[in-house]
Amino acid sequence: MNIHEYQAKAILRNFGVPVPDGHVVYNSNLARDWARRLGDGPWAVKAQIHAGGRGKGGGVKIAKTADEVRQYAKNMFGMTLITHQTGPEGKTVKRVLVENASNIADEFYVSFLVDRVTDRVTLMVSAEGGMDIEEVAAKTPEKIFFEVVDPVVGLTAFQARKVAFKLGLAMPQVKQAVSLFLNLYKAFVEADCSLLEINPMILTAEGDLLCIDAKINLDDNALFRHLRIRDLRDYDEEDPMEIEASQYDLSYIALDGNIGCMVNGAGLAMATMDIIKHTGGEPANFLDVGGGATIERVTEAFKIILSDDKVKGILVNIFGGIMKCDVIATGIIEAARQVGVSIPLVVRLEGTNVEKGRQLLAESGLNIVSAEGMADAAAKIVKAVNG
Amino acid sequence: MSILIDKNTKVITQGITGATGLFHAQGARDYGTRMVGGVTPGKGGTKVDGFPIFNTVEDAVKETGATASVIYVPPIGSADAIMEAVDAGIELVICITEGVPVLDMVKVRKYMDGRNCRLIGPNCPGVITPGECKIGIMPGYIHKPGPVGVVSRSGTLTYEAVWQLTSRNIGQSTCVGIGGDPVNGTSHLDVLKMFEADPKTKAVIMIGEIGGNAEEEAAAYVRDHMAKPVAAFIAGATAPAGKRMGHAGAIISGGKGDAASKKAFLAECGISVAESPAEMADALLKIWTP
Repeated sequence: MNIHEYQAKAILRNFGVPVPDGHVVYNSNLARDWARRLGDGPWAVKAQIHAGGRGKGGGVKIAKTADEVRQYAKNMFGMTLITHQTGPEGKTVKRVLVENASNIADEFYVSFLVDRVTDRVTLMVSAEGGMDIEEVAAKTPEKIFFEVVDPVVGLTAFQARKVAFKLGLAMPQVKQAVSLFLNLYKAFVEADCSLLEINPMILTAEGDLLCIDAKINLDDNALFRHLRIRDLRDYDEEDPMEIEASQYDLSYIALDGNIGCMVNGAGLAMATMDIIKHTGGEPANFLDVGGGATIERVTEAFKIILSDDKVKGILVNIFGGIMKCDVIATGIIEAARQVGVSIPLVVRLEGTNVEKGRQLLAESGLNIVSAEGMADAAAKIVKAVNG
Repeated sequence: MSILIDKNTKVITQGITGATGLFHAQGARDYGTRMVGGVTPGKGGTKVDGFPIFNTVEDAVKETGATASVIYVPPIGSADAIMEAVDAGIELVICITEGVPVLDMVKVRKYMDGRNCRLIGPNCPGVITPGECKIGIMPGYIHKPGPVGVVSRSGTLTYEAVWQLTSRNIGQSTCVGIGGDPVNGTSHLDVLKMFEADPKTKAVIMIGEIGGNAEEEAAAYVRDHMAKPVAAFIAGATAPAGKRMGHAGAIISGGKGDAASKKAFLAECGISVAESPAEMADALLKIWTP
């Protein structure tokens, strides 16, 4: 799960990490009022969307007067921000963060993440703050420093010190950095983050370290033990169909093509999209109905797939392991009747009780094309859709 | 021989009194696996469908001599269940549970350091040595004893590969589902090393996904150290960047871990790469004759 910058900063503030004073607002008059309350300026006015690269698209402004804050906020509300992380359709700004701006003397990059190679949490820093870290990693990997954290001991002061010195900080700032990194690690672990990124952490003209941006991704698997964090989910930032699907434990992602897919298992679902493309078609979605493909879930899956106007045909690919094929076939027939599927429907069933399942489909009276094997299924649906 | 499990492997089920645990314990027993009991705290001394139940893994090991454990415990208790099995001296722990918090797994991996135990999963279908021993949720009958080792992150996509082999009358030595999570117990590389050392395995199908670099790491081993032929498929060629495709591990970030670059590297390493998931068995047959 992703959360907004202002929410991430609120979490970090609770763990003693230095972040600017600020407040989120939902209209431009409040932006001005909060600016006055925060201090004498200047202020940073920041559009809150779940994507980086906001500055280039006009989503981050520095205001010198409270009226300027109001004006910038006014421009931002309702604006569609397109950055390299939003996709071409962009994201609409509905929340704006107003906070005290700082005099920046230097910028750094700091992040914690779960590294799949070491199976450990890793602290990653670079003096190339404010830059796209993936670009730094590609062009100048020697400018990025790592410390791998022992999960029992946690991040140690000496590790924090080592990387702080590598950033070229002087001793008073090294001391600040040690405390800052230790608190970031504590926040990372206690909130069950999968990524915590500060870009940039700045050195102010006054000699203080401050995290002026913050990005947190939370581990979806751990949300059950963070009910208050779970409530930070902003449904406006997500695809409405993906939200609908998640309520039925369906994993759905919309794509651009015209062949809807319903598959059990994430790997097979990805492979089904791949074979559609390989056969000359374009998949309209990723949809994993999971292990227990009940009538209700299959019905919902059909509804979600059909709500996409681009869909001109549906491929159902089920390899029944736990599920018996006759049960799945009954579900498909029932769901197809309820929803009224009028576009071509190709079903490939394999696994336990497959003969019974195929027989049920054939006898259903519905216009269902049965397929044997993935290649046959892909060929049939692509032919039905492309002609 | 085969890898990890055979007809002598004694298995206990952690979480055996849950609906899922019991269902699959029964399925494994029907297949012929030596399912010797289960663990549910508080129900020790009772029986469920003939399976003796113990309060702790330690008790179960003492009484049954089990060397393998399969875990169906819900995510909130999965990490604890794995560590309990490790502590009790179980040699092979297979965690089927989906949705285990990643930081729990980071701790589990640390806990397992230096101990003589192998973990498969979590979020995996399990392991099967056809005709001998089935531990997990895969449908037994699609398998057939034979010479091909199969390793995969995905459940149903593994069944697909197995079915392609069985339909061509080619059997499998052992099939290992390592699971789709970013931090897990066993990698593609670990399994390839076991297959290379196993006299019964003559060839291997490796199924990978977008994200991470585990497939590349395994491919480098194939290039440098493996004599047996390997075919592979990488799922996710059509996946959009930055989106989590069901498996938490399957995210392309910053242009790394995409299917095209993985396939290209695998091919460079001498692996026969299937362009379509319908051609996994055929890709192997291009470079190997049973």
